[in-house]
Amino acid sequence: MSDQLSIPPDGRPYHDQPQWRNDFPIDWPQDELVARRDFTKFLVLTSFAFVVGQIWIAFENFSRKRRGQPPIRPIAKLDAIPIGGAITFAYPEPHDDCILVRTAADRFVAYSQKCTHLSCAVTPEIEKNCLHCPCHHGYFDLATGAPTAGPPRRPLPRIKLEIRDGAIYATGVEVRA
Amino acid sequence: MKRSFSREQKLTIVNGILAIVAMIVIMQLWLLSATMNAFLGGDESVIVPAAVGSLVCLLLNAGLLRYIYLMERR
Repeated sequence: MSDQLSIPPDGRPYHDQPQWRNDFPIDWPQDELVARRDFTKFLVLTSFAFVVGQIWIAFENFSRKRRGQPPIRPIAKLDAIPIGGAITFAYPEPHDDCILVRTAADRFVAYSQKCTHLSCAVTPEIEKNCLHCPCHHGYFDLATGAPTAGPPRRPLPRIKLEIRDGAIYATGVEVRA
Repeated sequence: MKRSFSREQKLTIVNGILAIVAMIVIMQLWLLSATMNAFLGGDESVIVPAAVGSLVCLLLNAGLLRYIYLMERR
């Protein structure tokens, strides 16, 4: 290490010094080199964290595929929802809040209630024909669930519906890009 | 015979490697956010290729870091 400016207290060369003296150098130029090397090491650790994130997404996707289609489940009786009315329900899991809106006598739409921006609960504004997220003022089209204004970029997951024997059933979830 | 670099040369090499690693990490960040967006939107086709791509980036970064340590030992 002929590039070193200072001499260690015991006078021995730097390659005979303990590791800590090389890791915490006194000389500014050597310190600059070590600091950048350590920053590069930190960036490589960040790179590793991103790979862990990618693997986690792949694992979640695998679990989602293994779960398969959600079960068919009744939501409400037809006459329980007035025209222009809405109810909330949980589907397919108890913590998956959804909203069902009756837009006309024979027309129902249902979506996940979680905003696709940051998962706040959306509320229907039927007179404006939209769903509104009050957190960051995101708006979704009531007929399609597509984002129309504000931060959300993805449509709301649509709950597939079926009407049988005077009742409405949830039959699946359509996640859309 | 492997040549030994002066400190100025080492610093230049470390700076260059740092810049490359930083660019790769930024690309990985973009890849992760794009993959998450695709996953939440129900698009499964990009998930595995993106994970492989990110792993290749990590291996490249680890190789560059290893080169820095090997260079310092010379």
